[in-house]
Amino acid sequence: MKTQIFRYVIVGNSTAAAAAIEGIRETDGEGSIAVVGEEKHFVYGRPLISYYLLGATDAERMRYRPADFYEKMKVNAMLGVRAEKTDPAKKMVRLSDGKVLGYEKLLVATGSRPFDPPVKGIESVKERFHFMTMDDALALEKALSPEKRVLIIGAGLIGLKCLEGIAARVKSVAVVDMAGRILPSILDEYGAAIVQRTLEEKGAEFYLSDSVAELESDAAHLQSGKTVPFDILVVAVGVRPNTELVKDAGGETGRGIAVDERSRTSLPDVYAAGDCTECFDVTSGQRKILALLPNAYLQGHCAGVNMAGGEEVFDNAAPFNSIGFFGTHVLTAGSYSGERYVEKGDNAYKVLFTADGVLKGFILVNLPERAGIYTSLVRGRTPLAEVDFSLLERAPELMAFSAGARREKLAREV
Amino acid sequence: MNIYIQPDYEVVRNSDQCIACRVCERQCANGVHSFDPDTGKMKADSTRCVNCHRCVCLCPTHALKIVKSDDTYKINANWDNQTVNEVYRQANTGGVLLSSMGNPKPFPVFWDKMLVNASQVTNPPIDPLREPMETRLWLGKRTAKVERDEKGRLKNTLAPQLKLDVPILFSAMSYGSISYNAHESLARAAEELGTYYNTGEGGLHRDFYRYGKNTIVQVASGRFGVHKDYLEAAAAVEIKMGQGAKPGIGGHLPGAKISADVSETRMIPQGVDAISPAPHHDIYSIEDLRQLVYSLKEATEYKKPVIVKIAAVHNAAAIASGIARSGADIIAIDGYRGGTGAAPTRIRDNVGIPIELALAQVDERLRQEGIRDEVSILVGGSVRSSADVVKAIALGADACYIGTAALLALGCHLCRSCHTGKCNWGIATQEPELVKRLNPDVGYKRLVNLVTAWNHEIQEMMGGMGINSIEALRGNRLMLRGIGLTDTELRLLGIRYAGESL
Amino acid sequence: MKRIYVNEKWCLGCHLCEYECAFAATGLSDMAKALKGKKIYPKITVEDGGSVHFAVNCRHCTDAICVKSCISGALSKGEDGVVRIDKNKCVGCLTCVLVCPFGAVMPAPDGHAAMKCQLCTDNACGTPNCVAHCPNNAIVYEERP
Repeated sequence: MKTQIFRYVIVGNSTAAAAAIEGIRETDGEGSIAVVGEEKHFVYGRPLISYYLLGATDAERMRYRPADFYEKMKVNAMLGVRAEKTDPAKKMVRLSDGKVLGYEKLLVATGSRPFDPPVKGIESVKERFHFMTMDDALALEKALSPEKRVLIIGAGLIGLKCLEGIAARVKSVAVVDMAGRILPSILDEYGAAIVQRTLEEKGAEFYLSDSVAELESDAAHLQSGKTVPFDILVVAVGVRPNTELVKDAGGETGRGIAVDERSRTSLPDVYAAGDCTECFDVTSGQRKILALLPNAYLQGHCAGVNMAGGEEVFDNAAPFNSIGFFGTHVLTAGSYSGERYVEKGDNAYKVLFTADGVLKGFILVNLPERAGIYTSLVRGRTPLAEVDFSLLERAPELMAFSAGARREKLAREV
Repeated sequence: MNIYIQPDYEVVRNSDQCIACRVCERQCANGVHSFDPDTGKMKADSTRCVNCHRCVCLCPTHALKIVKSDDTYKINANWDNQTVNEVYRQANTGGVLLSSMGNPKPFPVFWDKMLVNASQVTNPPIDPLREPMETRLWLGKRTAKVERDEKGRLKNTLAPQLKLDVPILFSAMSYGSISYNAHESLARAAEELGTYYNTGEGGLHRDFYRYGKNTIVQVASGRFGVHKDYLEAAAAVEIKMGQGAKPGIGGHLPGAKISADVSETRMIPQGVDAISPAPHHDIYSIEDLRQLVYSLKEATEYKKPVIVKIAAVHNAAAIASGIARSGADIIAIDGYRGGTGAAPTRIRDNVGIPIELALAQVDERLRQEGIRDEVSILVGGSVRSSADVVKAIALGADACYIGTAALLALGCHLCRSCHTGKCNWGIATQEPELVKRLNPDVGYKRLVNLVTAWNHEIQEMMGGMGINSIEALRGNRLMLRGIGLTDTELRLLGIRYAGESL
Repeated sequence: MKRIYVNEKWCLGCHLCEYECAFAATGLSDMAKALKGKKIYPKITVEDGGSVHFAVNCRHCTDAICVKSCISGALSKGEDGVVRIDKNKCVGCLTCVLVCPFGAVMPAPDGHAAMKCQLCTDNACGTPNCVAHCPNNAIVYEERP
């Protein structure tokens, strides 16, 4: 079969891919670009699927970029096909439809996929869904109806956003999680309790420090001995990065594809970005999978610029997350180590973590205002000796910076 | 026991308009406005209000006005409310009443009783938009002798002159009485307008030496801030003998206004009251004055004109004659309506004479004595408009000092509370939070606007009279007629009554 | 491009800009009618600290982290350099609030979206209203390096 050759081939069609296209076009206005997307959809914001079910957006508004994006960016979008194999020696990618694409630079932005827990009987559940993609959401939506009971396995970001999206459209939602609190990856006990109350007020039921021992087609038997009947099962226990395209070609991978601060993999002319990668978290000093949309964009953009011969370095990756449930906003960043500054309110919560003379991370529940000032301190590893931290404890303010630093920020083009 | 004194003015808030944005509260240094969290509404304490209108001007919904209180004691033409209240105030405190800015009493304003001529038919008016109209002038002695060197060439024996592009200068206002930003505004405006501002007796801040060629520095009885560099920096030196707002007394800058910067500029201790004596302790005669004039000329190598400034008092003409003979290049006369940063109320309101009469008499006297060209004459002490300038020049002035008008341009609302040091407009204060309210970028442009506008108007009026040079207007009293004036007033002003032909 | 800059030296902390900003957003001609009895949600924030005051609003960063972080593509940087938010696309996740280093993107009052200064290109003011009404020229709209 004839090999089609592109200057840039991008495998994946989500945030990192769109960012890479924009990065490439900032540097190279003409070089041919092919995007290979397994999903048939125009690039959309993946985290929007819960808002879709909630009715806060629709397919039209979910487009991540304007409808003429591919056209304007001169992108050959091949949607509904999978990339199956790369051959870095020949600089070729084989697609599921048999086509072979040649590339000068390849970006692997394949994201991740959800996995099922090894629970007995899981195969017997007909109405069983994941909650990652638009197609997942559309499938789930078809199953929803006001008399149905939903069980969600996993009280993480995906499980609970799903809960928010469907709560008003079904009879009941129950959530089971092994952890002792909800959102264990981003919240501590106190913060989690606030969010849990919000969700419980909307009728959600929680089975925490518990897990599903066995599944029947319409009931889950928990380790604790309880039985939770359901009509619909949503499995949101976790995801695995899609590393195969690089791994199988001999590229270095850990849990995710290993990339450097220019989004390069260990394979020549192969870049990777987004949820399929692991990168260096400046707040913990460890290599991590930062499966977060902003991170995907920043990595993808960096990859695009470098693929096109430009210079961009992305060396301040850090986890940060803003997520809301029925008006309760949880904004977090960084890593939770070191000394804590804590403020507790009935429905609000603030923790600032400081160590090694910098702000390492923070948890803000229902205190979103100007949180980015904290985030910039975390990402910038700004020495606290340069700021008035007593002011920052009270609220995020630029007043906490020196007059000179304020001038740098405010009195010139940034 | 203190007798409660009802405030003269009341703050009135239109509650339909007020959105409780609290801008008034934040902008009032006197603490008039406050927000009442119980009612969710703004309140005002009129007893603290000085009627500076800062809140009125900044209120975004124009919800505020300040009105004269209609509270009154029994009507009494002799003992009016203010007179009675002043007695109460002094009985309460035992203090001398202090005031600021110019005399507010209803004395006659002679500017408003003089009318300007215009050409008709026989002597055509001039359109300043089409033809040259010269407002440039020079101040200084005009009595050059014709001398030639050995090669027969003309020697320049002309005394040093001040060149003005407009017949308007900014009056002496010291750094201390007014703020750094007010000074910067005046200095930058003077530079752009091609005229001069005057340091007053507050010294010259080191930042403003760069405006030296547009600066007149003052040497006053306290000698504050006077040193070699100060004199050298300036375009001219002014000896201040008196001030129109407070003739016969010295100055008093309260210690609270003497910040570190003011202290350094004045070369006096920080935080201690600065007292300028009533007289110069080395001047008790014209001969003594001549010594100081020549000391300053010597110090500045005869390159700078020396001005002698006096308050307009009963004997101004004779004093001016003496000054002209003391060697001074310019005489400045300050009328009794001139402003001040602080003066005892009784002095301000009762001492001195109107500038119009003093000017007319000084000019007349110097002419009679044949020494008018020995000196230029500057007048100030309430020159309020371009019409006042035109009339002053026709009465015999070379140019006018404006002080109050300049401060108004900077935002002053004539609340006459300069002496409290809490000027809400950032002019007559040294409190940094208040000083910053006057951004010189804004202030200087407003001054330039004002003087530029006046100069246009002056040109229009000159053109109307058929005069195309400001020099030709000087002392041209035929261009003036009096209205509503007595024979004595007409005589003193040296003008005819309206309707009287030549 | 022309941006709004606040000169700290001249900011009086009067907070007029906040009200003028909120007023501009209403599209009404009478401020009292527009704002009386209402809590305001300005897109410019005045910080006060003793004698230091300054207002902060969107810097329209050349490399805008809010645009890069937006999960819905609601934030974009126009060809004119103005960073805009499409309220219709915004789902109110507040990621932009979380990442803006100036604290210049804020939750909108309806709770379902974020909002930010768009240099009054989204209303009929022409000159940004905070600039036009700053009593001390502390807020300026100009080109700077």
